[in-house]
Amino acid sequence: MIISIASGKGGTGKTTIAVNLALSFKNVQLLDCDVEGPNAHIFIKPEIKRREPAYIPVPEVDETKCSYCGMCRKVCAYNAIAVFPPSDDNKKGSVLIFPHLCHGCGACSLLCPAMAIKEVNKGIGIIEIGGKDDLQFIHGRLNIGEAMSPPIIRQVKNYINPTRTVIIDAPPGTSCPVITAVKGSDFCILVTEPTPFGLNDLILAVEVVKKLKIPFGIVINCADIGDDNVDKYCQDNKIPILLRIPFDREIALLYSKGIPIVHAKKEYKEKFQNMFNSVSKLLTPRAL
Amino acid sequence: MKQIVIISGKGGTGKTVLTASFAALAKNKVMVDCDVDAADLHLLLQPVIKERHEFKSGKTARIDAAACQQCSKCINVCRFGAIRDDFTVDAISCEGCGLCSYVCFDGAIIMEENLSGEWFISDTKYGPFVHAKLGIAEENSGKLVAKIRQVAKEIAEKNAMDYVIVDGPPGIGCPVIASLAGADCALIVTEPTLSGLHDAERVIEVARHFKIPVKLVVNKYDLNPDMSDKIEYFCKENAIPVIGKIAFDKVVIESIVKGRTIVEYTNGKIKEEVVKIWEELKGFSQCR
Ligand code: SF4
Ligand code: SF4
Repeated sequence: MIISIASGKGGTGKTTIAVNLALSFKNVQLLDCDVEGPNAHIFIKPEIKRREPAYIPVPEVDETKCSYCGMCRKVCAYNAIAVFPPSDDNKKGSVLIFPHLCHGCGACSLLCPAMAIKEVNKGIGIIEIGGKDDLQFIHGRLNIGEAMSPPIIRQVKNYINPTRTVIIDAPPGTSCPVITAVKGSDFCILVTEPTPFGLNDLILAVEVVKKLKIPFGIVINCADIGDDNVDKYCQDNKIPILLRIPFDREIALLYSKGIPIVHAKKEYKEKFQNMFNSVSKLLTPRAL
Repeated sequence: MKQIVIISGKGGTGKTVLTASFAALAKNKVMVDCDVDAADLHLLLQPVIKERHEFKSGKTARIDAAACQQCSKCINVCRFGAIRDDFTVDAISCEGCGLCSYVCFDGAIIMEENLSGEWFISDTKYGPFVHAKLGIAEENSGKLVAKIRQVAKEIAEKNAMDYVIVDGPPGIGCPVIASLAGADCALIVTEPTLSGLHDAERVIEVARHFKIPVKLVVNKYDLNPDMSDKIEYFCKENAIPVIGKIAFDKVVIESIVKGRTIVEYTNGKIKEEVVKIWEELKGFSQCR
C-alpha cells in the first residue's frame, strides 16, 4: 500500500505526519520526495548506505557529423537547442545546447537525420538510500540551481518496495513535482491548518487528488487555533478528518529540534496507528 | 525602482503575512504573488480584479482514434509513460515534448496548446497587485512567474514606482529561480527549526548562485531560542544581515482569520518589529 502525504502548501506539518506515521508501525518504507527541500531525514537520522547520482539524459552533438539542418532545434519543444549554420563569410557552424532547459525527452537524438546526437547523462541531484532500525528510507536532493525536480522524484519512486507499506512525503504545490510524487498512491493524506490560508491551499490540494482519482482524508494541524471553516468544508464535501493535532509549544519545540513526536510523547503512537487503521478502512480492497 | 523578493525555501514560515504587511507599509509600489501554485496573498490584500488574461503554455498530445493504426511507435518512444496501452494519452503525464507526433506516420497525434492558467491585474487599497492562478496539475509555473513579474515591472516603470514587492514561491526549483531572476534583494523568512535552517541554507545558495543579495528574518524565534541563535550565527559566518526577529504570537492567526495585515490589525510589539524590518529592507541601497 502506498500512502502519500501532501498539502497544497508547505509548512503545514506534512513532514511531521509522514515521519510519525512511518515510525508508528513496522515494515514501512519512507520516501521523501520533497527533493527541493527534503527534511524527513532530520527526524529519522537514517544511516545512508548508498548514494546514487540522479541524472537526466541531455544531447551532445558530434559536429563532424552534423549537417546543420536545424531539425533538432525544430523538434525541441523547450527551446533547449540553437543551431547556427555555417555562414557565407566562411565561418564554421555550431549547435548550442542549453542543458537547464532540456527535459530529456530524446526527440532531438532520435530525429536527427545525420545521427549526430548522442545522449549523455547530466547530474541534477543525488538519491540517498538507507534506513533506521526496521525502517527503509530513501530521499532525493536536487542540486542548487537546477530547475527540474520531477526526474529525481521519479528516480526516488523507482525504489518503491511493494512488500512494505510505503509512505511518500510529497513536495508542496499543485503542479508537476507534487503530481509526480503522489501519482500511483492508494491513498493521500492532506495536511492543513484551520485558517483561511489553510483552507485556500486545502481546496487546491483536494482538486489535485480528485484529478488523480486518489481517495483521500484530512489531518488538521494546530487544530485549536484559527476558525472552523476547514471543518465546515470537510463536512460539506464529505471528506473524512483522520486526525487533529492541537497547537502545543512542546510539539513545536520537538519539531524544531528534529525529534519525532512519537519518540517523546508516547500517546501519539496510538493516535498515528489509529489513523493508519482508518486509512486502511477507507481503501478499496485492491490496494490492501 | 527596486525589486524585492520574499522567499523561504519552504512554505508556511510566515512569508505571506510579512509580505502583506510590506504592502501596507510601502508607499509607491506594485505587489506580486509569485506563488502561482497556491497563492494566498490575495486573502489579505483583497484585490478587485481589473484585468484577466489567459496563460497558454506548453502542449499536450491527443490521439485521433480514427487515424491511429495502433502501431505502438508512440508508446515505445515516450519517456514519460504518457500513452496508455489503449492508445489514449494520460494528459497528466504528458510533458508536451511532441516526440510521439513526429514518429507517428499516420498523423494521428495532434499537439494541442494548453490553457494552463490565468493571470490578473488588480486594484487593492495598497495599490496595484499582479497575481495568477495556475491550473491544477499544470506545469510551467516558472513561465507564469516570469510573466507576472514582467507585467509588474512594466506597471512599476510606467508609473515611476519605487518598488516591486514579490511574495515568492516555496522550494528552490524552477518557480523560485524565475522569481529571483533580476531581483535587487531577496528577503529570506525562516523559522528556528533544524529544517528551517536547512531550507534557508539551500535557498541562500540559490540566491547567491544568481548573485542576488540576501537578508534574513527569523520568525517565531522564541519557539526555540537556541536554534534562533544558531541561525544568527550561521548568518554571521556567511555575512548575511539578520534584519529582524519576530516572536510567536496567536494574534497573527487572528489577523489572517480576519483577512487583515498584521500591521493594521494590531499595535503590539509584533507591529513594531515588522515596521523595523521594512525600514531596514527599504534602505537596502547597502544590499548590493
Ligand atoms: S538535427 Fe542533427 S544534423 Fe540537424 S542540426 Fe541538429 S544535430 Fe545537426
Ligand atoms: S532531449 Fe528533448 S528537451 Fe532535451 S534538447 Fe533534445 S529535444 Fe530538447
